[in-house]
Amino acid sequence: MTQPPRGVRRSYGVKAAPYALPSPTTTLKRARSAPYFFILPAAVLFALFFALPIGYAIRLSFHKIEIKGLGLGKGARSEVWAGLENYTSALTDSELGAGALRVLGYGAVVVPVMLGLALFFALLLDTERVRARSFSRLAIFLPYAVPGVIAALLWGFLYLPDVSPFFYVLDALGLPQPDLMDGTPLYLAMANIAVWGGTGFNMIVIYTALRSLPAEVYEAAKLDGCSEFQIALRVKIPMVAPSLVLTFFFSIIATLQVFNEPTTLRPLTNGIPTTWSPLMKVYNDAFTGGNIHAASATAVVLALATFVLSFALLRLSTRRTTQGATR
Amino acid sequence: MPHTMRRRLAAATAVLLGATALTACGSSDSDDKAASGPVSLTYWAWAPGMDKVVALWNAEHPDIKVTVQKQASGDDLVTKIITATKAHKAPDLVQAEYQALPTLVSNDALADIAPDVAGVKDRFAPGIWQQTTFGGEAVYALPQDSGPLMFFYRQDLFKQYGLSVPTTWEEFATTARDLRKKAPDKSLTTFSANDSGLFAGLSQQAGARWWTFEGDTWKVGIDDAATRKVTDFWGGLVGEGAIDNQPMYTPAWNKALNSGEQLAWVSAVWAPGVLTTAAPDTRGKWAMAPLPQWTKGASSTGSWGGSSTAVTTDSKHRKAAAQFATWLNTDPVALAALVKESGIYPAATAAQTSGALAEAPAFFPNQPDFYTRAAEIAKTTAPAAWGPNVNVAYTAFKDEFGKAAKARSGFGTALTTVRSATVADLEKQGFEVAK
Repeated sequence: MTQPPRGVRRSYGVKAAPYALPSPTTTLKRARSAPYFFILPAAVLFALFFALPIGYAIRLSFHKIEIKGLGLGKGARSEVWAGLENYTSALTDSELGAGALRVLGYGAVVVPVMLGLALFFALLLDTERVRARSFSRLAIFLPYAVPGVIAALLWGFLYLPDVSPFFYVLDALGLPQPDLMDGTPLYLAMANIAVWGGTGFNMIVIYTALRSLPAEVYEAAKLDGCSEFQIALRVKIPMVAPSLVLTFFFSIIATLQVFNEPTTLRPLTNGIPTTWSPLMKVYNDAFTGGNIHAASATAVVLALATFVLSFALLRLSTRRTTQGATR
Repeated sequence: MPHTMRRRLAAATAVLLGATALTACGSSDSDDKAASGPVSLTYWAWAPGMDKVVALWNAEHPDIKVTVQKQASGDDLVTKIITATKAHKAPDLVQAEYQALPTLVSNDALADIAPDVAGVKDRFAPGIWQQTTFGGEAVYALPQDSGPLMFFYRQDLFKQYGLSVPTTWEEFATTARDLRKKAPDKSLTTFSANDSGLFAGLSQQAGARWWTFEGDTWKVGIDDAATRKVTDFWGGLVGEGAIDNQPMYTPAWNKALNSGEQLAWVSAVWAPGVLTTAAPDTRGKWAMAPLPQWTKGASSTGSWGGSSTAVTTDSKHRKAAAQFATWLNTDPVALAALVKESGIYPAATAAQTSGALAEAPAFFPNQPDFYTRAAEIAKTTAPAAWGPNVNVAYTAFKDEFGKAAKARSGFGTALTTVRSATVADLEKQGFEVAK
């Protein structure tokens, strides 16, 4: 006897045995709906606290306030469609461009120095003969636990010649005292805060990747006569390349979004304008100028630029690393 | 990278805090039952000790209970009020600085309380009252305190260096140069690009009217002749290096005041409070004098700061709120408490010479007639003219004058830029602006 087609047998089974185990169809249905059920909380939260605000910001960016008469009293302000007006003024605003350039300059210092140091420390901690490993790891990681605003205040006090112990020492030794809150040194001063705060976190990411590498690789390298230095350079670094890409990616995004440090340092000096970084300009437009519509447009532009830039860099670096792996 | 994660955490916290704030606000809305059950009002204020003053009201008025909330101060509070108004969650009463009133009214945040406060007009100097009414019939707030500008100097160091107290701005410049010659490491004062309010007050003294309107058209006078005179004066002093160019309210500035590196401070009547914390070692060494004048023998001053009490459009108990605001700013008991607890200088003229201000500030034991002189100076306060985008002008001032002060290159271009930025913003918002 030939087997009846599956469908036939299934329907037959249902009819014949209503008390039997749940039919395959219902199980299948339930199995299919279960994943949706599980992602529901995340999807709802995502929609409520992520997609909705973004959608609202985009909506705002296409509107503006229209003022009647002197703009005083009830009904003087109404929201009207603005089209691309907010976008054109955001893109033609020289301050936004200047801010972006300042931030790129700052990032050019922060990212290589921070990741370089993080990699260096991670490799040092991973060597066999290292002492006080957990203490060093904690000590390097600790600044990350200091909130950004506190870190900026702390360093700000150290940068002000009149209250800084560093300057006191420089003065006592008769050495020149640089103005750290102005011009080019300002970028270094600001970058220093980010490096101080960020190195530990990136080091942990890279170090974790290093610890998860199999020991046989090192053994093989040693049998082949590699020194510790060569192992680090030829084995470890290529193998943690994905973590390096990841930390690089995070760092670029954080750099473009720098806000805490310049905002906290601003009242201490004439050298930092209120639009030093693009995010400061967004904040200023929205909360000082009261123009949330223009601020939304700038924020959307900034988000898109961050997205494009970070993904372009990500693609570039993954292509590099995969090439390196196949070679 | 740390910042991203940190920011997420901050955002999460903000959401949580926001949720609590929402519930807090939500519980306060009830219908206007002024006649029947007790009314409860919320009041956003930042003056220190305001809760103690309000406690006096609450003890006397069981039917209207006021709760003080310290949400933020100054400009930050303006932003908060506007945001809360958009969400229809604004408190019943707010403390607002005079220059913020047009911005708040323009955002439809403040209610016209003219019918509820009839007859209080005469309790205030006309120049102050005008700032809460914009010269019209509507009353958007009641004046609380004022900050007439004065000249504060180190009596002991002035004697030591043989300087006399300048009565005109010309003498002020000479004094600054003299001091630099006698003690190159000391400055008479600094020009701070950090607080636009002082510069606004100085321009006001010279007769500047930054925002005026005629019909439906605003006129921006930020680079009028009076302001230009003030700008050139300070730009010149900074340019030639006669005074310092670093911002105020920094640890470095505190140190300069405390150690006598800076000998004077052009400030307002509330300066003793700031000096107490910024320069604690100099108690009894400072003295106050009228602000230097542009023409010899004249007597005029500007004001720096000062705030008012306003009722919001969201308030469901406008009458009760206005009643409280009137009590707070005109009742002798309330004003005496405000002077004692909050250390404010009352705007109500009667209170300026009342018993509450009989004693000089504790930091000025050497000048027992401090408040008698202050009341005389307060009478000479020139009127101020504020517009709907003071914040924008103030931010432009910080940026442009900051740059110019840093370069010590004169402030002329900076002033032009501040005006054009202010006008451009008004036009962009859709206001009609006179050319």
